[in-house]
Amino acid sequence: MLAAWRTVAQRRQCPRAPALLAAARHLASQTAAASTQSASVAAEVPSSSSGSEPSARLLSSSQQPEERMDFPGGSVPFTAAMSFLGGTFSPRAPLPCYRTIDSAGLAIADADIPHELDQETAVKMYKTMVTLQTVDVIFYEAQRQGRFSFYMTSSGEEATAIGSAAALTNDDVIFSQYREQGVIMYRGFSVQDMAHQCFGNIHEQGKGRQMPIHYGSKALNFHTISSTLATQLPHAVGAAYALKLQKRNACAVAYFGEGAASEGDFHAALNFAATLKAPVVFICRNNGWAISTPATDQYRGDGIAGRGPGYGMASLRVDGGDARAVYNATAAARKIAVEQQVPVLVEAMSYRSGHHSTSDDSSRYRAAEEMRQWRARDPVARFQRWLVDQGWWSDAQDTSARQEARRDVIKALETAQKAPKPPLSAMFEDVYARMPWHLEKQQAEVFAHVRTHPDACPADIPVK
Amino acid sequence: MQRLGALLRRSQGDAVLAPQLLRTYSTMQMTIRDALNSAMDEEMARDETVFVMGEEVAEYQGAYKITRGLLQKYGPKRVRDTPITEAGFTGIGVGAAFQGLRPIVEFMTFNFSMQAMDQIINSAAKHHYMSSGAITCPIVFRGANGAAAGVAAQHSQCFAAWYSSVPGLKVLAPYDAEDTRGLLKASIRDPDPVVFLENEILYGESFPVDQAVLDKDFVLPIGKAKVMRSGTDVTLIGFGKMVGYNLKAAELLEQEGISCEVVNLRSLKPLDREGIAQSIRKTHRVVSVEEGWPQCGIGSEIVSIAVEECFDDLDAPPERVTGAEVPMPYAANLEAAALPTTDHILAAVKRVMGK
Repeated sequence: MLAAWRTVAQRRQCPRAPALLAAARHLASQTAAASTQSASVAAEVPSSSSGSEPSARLLSSSQQPEERMDFPGGSVPFTAAMSFLGGTFSPRAPLPCYRTIDSAGLAIADADIPHELDQETAVKMYKTMVTLQTVDVIFYEAQRQGRFSFYMTSSGEEATAIGSAAALTNDDVIFSQYREQGVIMYRGFSVQDMAHQCFGNIHEQGKGRQMPIHYGSKALNFHTISSTLATQLPHAVGAAYALKLQKRNACAVAYFGEGAASEGDFHAALNFAATLKAPVVFICRNNGWAISTPATDQYRGDGIAGRGPGYGMASLRVDGGDARAVYNATAAARKIAVEQQVPVLVEAMSYRSGHHSTSDDSSRYRAAEEMRQWRARDPVARFQRWLVDQGWWSDAQDTSARQEARRDVIKALETAQKAPKPPLSAMFEDVYARMPWHLEKQQAEVFAHVRTHPDACPADIPVK
Repeated sequence: MQRLGALLRRSQGDAVLAPQLLRTYSTMQMTIRDALNSAMDEEMARDETVFVMGEEVAEYQGAYKITRGLLQKYGPKRVRDTPITEAGFTGIGVGAAFQGLRPIVEFMTFNFSMQAMDQIINSAAKHHYMSSGAITCPIVFRGANGAAAGVAAQHSQCFAAWYSSVPGLKVLAPYDAEDTRGLLKASIRDPDPVVFLENEILYGESFPVDQAVLDKDFVLPIGKAKVMRSGTDVTLIGFGKMVGYNLKAAELLEQEGISCEVVNLRSLKPLDREGIAQSIRKTHRVVSVEEGWPQCGIGSEIVSIAVEECFDDLDAPPERVTGAEVPMPYAANLEAAALPTTDHILAAVKRVMGK
């Protein structure tokens, strides 16, 4: 990863080369210090101009062994200079954003591609994106029509979800937040499964327990979605710890947004994952907005990836709209996590093109121009362009794929809507592994009540 | 007598008979600390997926030395010291349980579990239901609950009422060493998340245990109360430390000709409603005793059971003895005044007896 940054920085096409070089050197000195076992804190002399070498004062102090101290918290060099780092004092250059395809969909020459996409995977990725876009549009409309209570789209983030999902194995356990339906779809959750869940009918394995979009599948190793923000982060660390003790060739993956990263659970999970050496990949979808809160109000540091090194964790920022880059970033992160048994942080930069949910109207707090600009960088269109350039896709295939997706989605909705709801008896099941007697008693009371007051229970809801 | 026998058999399963009646072969005394330690040790030896985590549990041998020796025996992968983040290590324990391990998460005291409340309730308790059984969470949360001595407001709260109202959790509160061993082992083997409420004051106290209790497969049924002492005039209901107070009060009252039945709840969720009702229907009077605050406390539920299910059998209104409705003060005299004493129990019993 570090080598990748250096290469990027050295490329003459890149106008930010000097700043990137400084960042690369800075990180190199940190990594070198960190590799001496204990976490080390590098006191630094500020460099006001980009690309300058560390000052001679610091170099001389580090060459005199008696000028260091091994505190319990880490080995640190001393300096006679007092210099603040961060905030308004010598702000660090932001971590650069790795990409392999530009905004128009043209491949960037000489990009690092340690994990090349084969045709089969790439086409599967794209077709899933097409289906996802179709589902998002039609299900959103279905909610507006009152067919179910709630929906969340993932417009603008299709590449983040699907690009990352494609780089994982089915043994990797996924903990998501709520805007990663592309991940479960890539793994095999069908449009029909999604529709059943949104209607909470008798066919969905959730037995009508959860709000729409709270998908889950044990078979697909996708943990049922929980509304509480960021709680999935420590869960993923715990699951990774279990995988570690079980000596499995697998990792846990946790998805979350930049807003959720403000929760205390984020700090606890990342800090703890590093101390536990848990094989977990944290994937942040930085889409710029947490309902109406822009990222500029969410944090002042260098996004989410900028926090990773502070926890002693390998971190990478990637263009979340570039499916090929996300694929590579995730594959590389997974390799580090599983082979070295350590956590890794990936921040995918993108944009939430849609509203937060069907309960939101983002035009009330966002500029139409901003939204228009981002729609023009649609990740699906970018990947399509690249796919066509490889000779792996055509306009005719696109038209027919979209028509087929539309047919499937509409049919799935109709089928799901007509299916019966779960029976009343399902209400008391699964509170515990085995129903305790006090719930059996309550269930019997409910049944007795319904028998003597048949209009208490709607006619289309079976009792048992 | 027949009803008593039926009560005993029903309330204890086939494990151990009431110490009151059959104490002839008590060969050993065991502290609560050792009961907890031995229970965890045996379960960790039996099942390699069981592991312990919490602050100070490993190198320090436990803040209250409950996990003494476990690090040395099982190594740092199975006895883990955690950074100071209850929300964090609870979430991690929950995630590990989701993935097939059986964590025992120690809270230094349950006061600190408030930091982790969301993980315990929204994640551990509810996920089995929310996922329709796809996800299980076989986790045990254990630690000191309720008042200690001189640790004041933020270290003395009783969480029995809060946790026992949550569907999806099992909540246990042992009193003696037999309870502690049997219920903790049952909790660790249980597929559901369990909140295990201990009492710091009792950690060093010794109780008689017999061979059956010392067996490495000794488990007690979850959801069953135990009649510690049978009586005919009034039922005294409590859990944890208050069971000891009730037993003491019963001895004193016997000298005044009042026969008390002392019920040890053992399980707060599921609550042994039928066992409680049976005792109240037998004695016709009930006094609930707890350390926690009165509003919406365990006593409120006991009184509801008495009124809803035993109304026609009651000879007097049910009574509650609870802690004072104040954050726990520090000064020794104030702390003592804020907690129930045997005198309070005696007074309540005499009121229901009309004396």
